[in-house]
Amino acid sequence: MAKVQPPQALTANRLQTGDVVYWRGGDWVDYFMDAEIFPESAAADGALKAAQQFVADRVVVNPYLFPVRVTEDGAYPVEEREIIRAGGPSIHPDLGKQAARHVPV
Amino acid sequence: MYRYDEFDATFVRERVAQFRYQVERRLAGELTEDEFKPLRLMNGLYLQLHAYMLRIAVPYGTLSPEQLRMLAHISRKYDKSYGHFTTRQNMQFHWMKLVDVPDVLADLATVEMHCLQTSGNCVRNVTADHFAGAAADEIEDPRILAEIIRQWSTLHPEFSFLPRKFKIAVSGAKQDRAALRFHDTAVEIVKNDAGEIGYRVYAGGGMGRTPYLGHVMTEFVAREDLLAFLEAVLRVYNEAGRRDNLWKARIKILVNAIGPEEMRRRVHSEFEEIRQSGTLRLPDEEVASIAAYFAPPEFETLPDHSVEFEGTRASDREFALWTEHNLHPHKQPGYAIATISLKGIGAVPGDISAAQMDGLADLLDDFGHKEIRVSHEQNVVLPHVRKKDLPAIFARLKALALATPNTGLISDIICCPGLDYCDLANARSIPIAQKLATRFADMERQRDIGELKIKISGCINACGHHHAGHIGILGVDKKGVEYYQLQLGGSGAEDASIGEILGPAFTADEIGDAVERVVDAYLEERERGERFLDTVRRIGIAPFKTRAYAGDSHAAH
Repeated sequence: MAKVQPPQALTANRLQTGDVVYWRGGDWVDYFMDAEIFPESAAADGALKAAQQFVADRVVVNPYLFPVRVTEDGAYPVEEREIIRAGGPSIHPDLGKQAARHVPV
Repeated sequence: MYRYDEFDATFVRERVAQFRYQVERRLAGELTEDEFKPLRLMNGLYLQLHAYMLRIAVPYGTLSPEQLRMLAHISRKYDKSYGHFTTRQNMQFHWMKLVDVPDVLADLATVEMHCLQTSGNCVRNVTADHFAGAAADEIEDPRILAEIIRQWSTLHPEFSFLPRKFKIAVSGAKQDRAALRFHDTAVEIVKNDAGEIGYRVYAGGGMGRTPYLGHVMTEFVAREDLLAFLEAVLRVYNEAGRRDNLWKARIKILVNAIGPEEMRRRVHSEFEEIRQSGTLRLPDEEVASIAAYFAPPEFETLPDHSVEFEGTRASDREFALWTEHNLHPHKQPGYAIATISLKGIGAVPGDISAAQMDGLADLLDDFGHKEIRVSHEQNVVLPHVRKKDLPAIFARLKALALATPNTGLISDIICCPGLDYCDLANARSIPIAQKLATRFADMERQRDIGELKIKISGCINACGHHHAGHIGILGVDKKGVEYYQLQLGGSGAEDASIGEILGPAFTADEIGDAVERVVDAYLEERERGERFLDTVRRIGIAPFKTRAYAGDSHAAH
């Protein structure tokens, strides 16, 4: 995979449930809106490295960085895939994270 | 339908216990994800975008009312009260939790279901004509052979680690409703000049990144030798198929690299050896005992003309429309095969709610039906319906929102889950299907257009069979943005062909207009009696290409 350019965020899935989670300050949160945004590669790479401990501890699987765009209103995932992971299936607004909390796209 | 014997039941139960232990070991840290992943895949469990996805085998697409109710129960208890029928006659649940899956498998085992052979590089769940045992043009029920192949292939030690997955389809009818030539291997039940039943075997077909139609490996192999022949095909593939490149590992690549002639030579040489050793001969008694499971129901002697049926057709326009498109001739007078469309206008193709599953199970019980079928076109089928029952059945289907009269029409779209769920997808496919169905919703227009099969895949793996679509749509990703390629002229039927790509991809906003312009071109160009596919074949794709790109908004992508 090509190296992701900043700004970026870090995501994974929980091992037990498969739920999408995001990195924030050394732990995982459920919503993209709460995710830590890394303006610099060094911090992002550091978080990705730290996330490996959570893999070893069977908390999450497959952590990876993905690109975000930062606007005056906040941060948004760039790719369609990450937009859909952040909210849920676009065809089912009643299902996934978007059902519990509004997910801006 | 097939019932487990003691061996089957024990085997499936043990498999559940085995997976429960594997999950425990994973959660306890005794297995890494790399070690665990192949084990969960052997039980049909994938990790997708939002959650785990469990793919449940529906062998040859046959489900009993009890099994339907269990699927409804599982969807309520462990998922989000719906399931998705796939293009391989399976069912997928998209919101599974790893920790629940051992219990789900245990529940499935109580109704003789499992997730074996729904993933991994093995012989996958065998598919068959969804009109099996009912169609008027059938030589023999293909499920008998599909079950024999299933028993032979499950945990076959030689073929559990093939270069890639291996999909087999079986059909016993003249009309190909199983997309035979798009399978790794396919078996067509045929009769020779002496009137004996045997098998024509194809190999080397497939979709995906490099689509090919299968080649005939033998025109006729006797019943007792069929497993020996399949073993020969698989052995040649297992030995010579590539393992160095995921994209070149399917049997289609081997067959086309060495050529069908050489493939036939190798297969026949292997076959002769197996045959002469005599170790893999299919005994008549064994075939007869399996055939007994698939014996048709006891048909009533009925006149083919039903007063109730014809009367309701004359008085109820909606019913008449449904019977025009959703019925197929049955081999028994007074009976019909009814397709229940899972393609409500604007609905998700192949999705079915828990309430609909329960409602169908009740309907089966109330009308004395023992089974329902899942088609690779993501619809379900009532195989043996008394024509006189059809008005009442239609009313029940209407109440379940399952009475869409669009089988085989432009809104009966095959569509993979796409980027709304799937980890492999590059683009969404379901919203495209929904918008197209809505655009062409008008029934008079659909009838005027006639048979037109649109098939949509969200990535090159082609689960949505876009290569076989009269109109095929492939979602592609360009720097994180979704685009859609259009292709024309594919067919998964007995006149199988691979669609041709029209040109540069369209955006999500453009693709609907492009399809509409292509359909308009057909309506202008068609000659009397021509289906869309016939017109494309007669005049080629060039006139359609000109029209498709005639829109003002399109900039070549």
